[in-house]
Amino acid sequence: MKKEFKVIAQIIQNNKKVLDVGCGDGTLMQYLQINQKNNVRGLEPKKDLVQQCISKGLSVIEGDAEKELFQFPKKSFDYVILSQTLQAFLYPDEVLNQLLRIGKQTIVSIPNFGYWKIRLHLLFKGTMPVTKNLPDQWYNTPNLHMCTIKDFVNFCNKKNIKIDKSMCLTNERISEITKGNMRYKNIFSQLGIFLIQ
Amino acid sequence: MNNDVQNIKKLIINEPFKLDCGKIIKDFPIAYETYGNLNKKKNNAILVFHALTGDQFVTNINPITKREGWWTTAVGPGKAIDTNKFFVICANVLGGCMGSFGPKEINPENNKIFGTSFPVITIKDIVKAQKYLIDNLGIKKLLAIAGGSMGGMQVLQFISLYPDIAHAAIPIACSASHSAQNIALNELGRQAIMADPNWKKENVTPNKGLAVARMAAHITYLSKKGLQEKFGRKLQDEGSLKFSFDADFQIESYLRYQGANFVDRFDANSYLYITRAMDYFDLEKQFNGNLSLAFKDTKSKFCVISFSSDWLYPTVENKEIVIALNACGANVGFVEINSDRGHDSFLLNVPKFLKTLNEFINTTYNEVNNEKRI
Repeated sequence: MKKEFKVIAQIIQNNKKVLDVGCGDGTLMQYLQINQKNNVRGLEPKKDLVQQCISKGLSVIEGDAEKELFQFPKKSFDYVILSQTLQAFLYPDEVLNQLLRIGKQTIVSIPNFGYWKIRLHLLFKGTMPVTKNLPDQWYNTPNLHMCTIKDFVNFCNKKNIKIDKSMCLTNERISEITKGNMRYKNIFSQLGIFLIQ
Repeated sequence: MNNDVQNIKKLIINEPFKLDCGKIIKDFPIAYETYGNLNKKKNNAILVFHALTGDQFVTNINPITKREGWWTTAVGPGKAIDTNKFFVICANVLGGCMGSFGPKEINPENNKIFGTSFPVITIKDIVKAQKYLIDNLGIKKLLAIAGGSMGGMQVLQFISLYPDIAHAAIPIACSASHSAQNIALNELGRQAIMADPNWKKENVTPNKGLAVARMAAHITYLSKKGLQEKFGRKLQDEGSLKFSFDADFQIESYLRYQGANFVDRFDANSYLYITRAMDYFDLEKQFNGNLSLAFKDTKSKFCVISFSSDWLYPTVENKEIVIALNACGANVGFVEINSDRGHDSFLLNVPKFLKTLNEFINTTYNEVNNEKRI
């Protein structure tokens, strides 16, 4: 399991109810269900992945987060997870509102567009950045709204979203983001992981 | 044929049984069939509900019609619902014509066939009768309940009445309340039957009206794309039109065959009664307009399945079930299977569907066994 999922799993307490939005093949869900006795549900738009999840015994619903989240009642999950998908929505702010409504706490991870390699790519090559984390070309990327760690934190502040925890990943190494190191982390981290409510 | 019908497995329900319509029936038969063996723990039983024109003979050769069981694609040794592993039970619905109490039975009060003097039955009546069967077989908790179309409606109704009856529930290509379009299509079938001059005469078969009803219904089980690909404008006799009303086109001939075949095995009055039961089905109304209340007490794990080209019970109607389940925090998975074969997809060899069904049931079984070990 990738490091990001391990970090997310560590944030989540045992025996809690969790919704994984964009759960993919259910790797994280399965880990949470088996190792942490979490009561887990998933939402995933790709049929093949949904079928894989159901085959594993995971309760996953086929559907698009932008259309389907309304059906979950207010605060019906202890945690809602959105892993590296926020930037792919047409209206990320509205999806985030839904996640915050459904979950007592929400875990959001974002690929950091402020990462130094991305900055240099654009600066020196003059073309849209393509990296290990963001492997698609500008014309076929699902990502519509890229943001940086700083952007996300600013957004949360503006919308009065409380950030309980902010972490970042750099080459598989996890560290905490603080007010003091934000500038630095925004350059050297590939991924931001936030626990918000 | 009557002798064979007498020989099939039946449970006689002796207790007075109050129907939704208010009438009380008693000492009536529910015909059923089982496949595979019930294990010692009695935790491998799967109750399958049949659709409108199905019966208890899920798989193998139906001993009455001598044709393959209606869900042979999914049920049998080594199949998606593996009868080497699971004990599969299926009952002929109340109002049916394969041995269960229905309109073709003799009314003991006047020694005549019930016909339309048979009481109107509902999906609720149908599933309540089957609960007797499960009790009679000594099964406290089923591993799973599954069914497509009207079978799916029975799954939903069954869970709403007995929330703790099954570990898993699999409603396939169905709806929680019958749509206006579906009521309209059923009414078309009923009117075709009733327009047949032979309809009221006892024991007169075939009923041409029933054949027409079947032809119309059969179209609704397919998709436009499926029909176009299979038949297109292909002619029955290669080359030329006959300039008559004979079956020029292959699709006409196919439908006529489906209709003619059907009347040999189905009772016109049963068709009236069962379609009526489907039309009356409105689970949402049963729970005062809040469908999620139907599921609020259930611990069952749901797997809702729909098919992309099904326009009779479209994905959107299946999703309403999922939404209601989510609204009450039930454990639910949902997938729409891509298939061009319309509503009938659940009866056909659609590999992705069968794989999903198989793996969902198998993992449920493993989970149930693991729980017991702890």
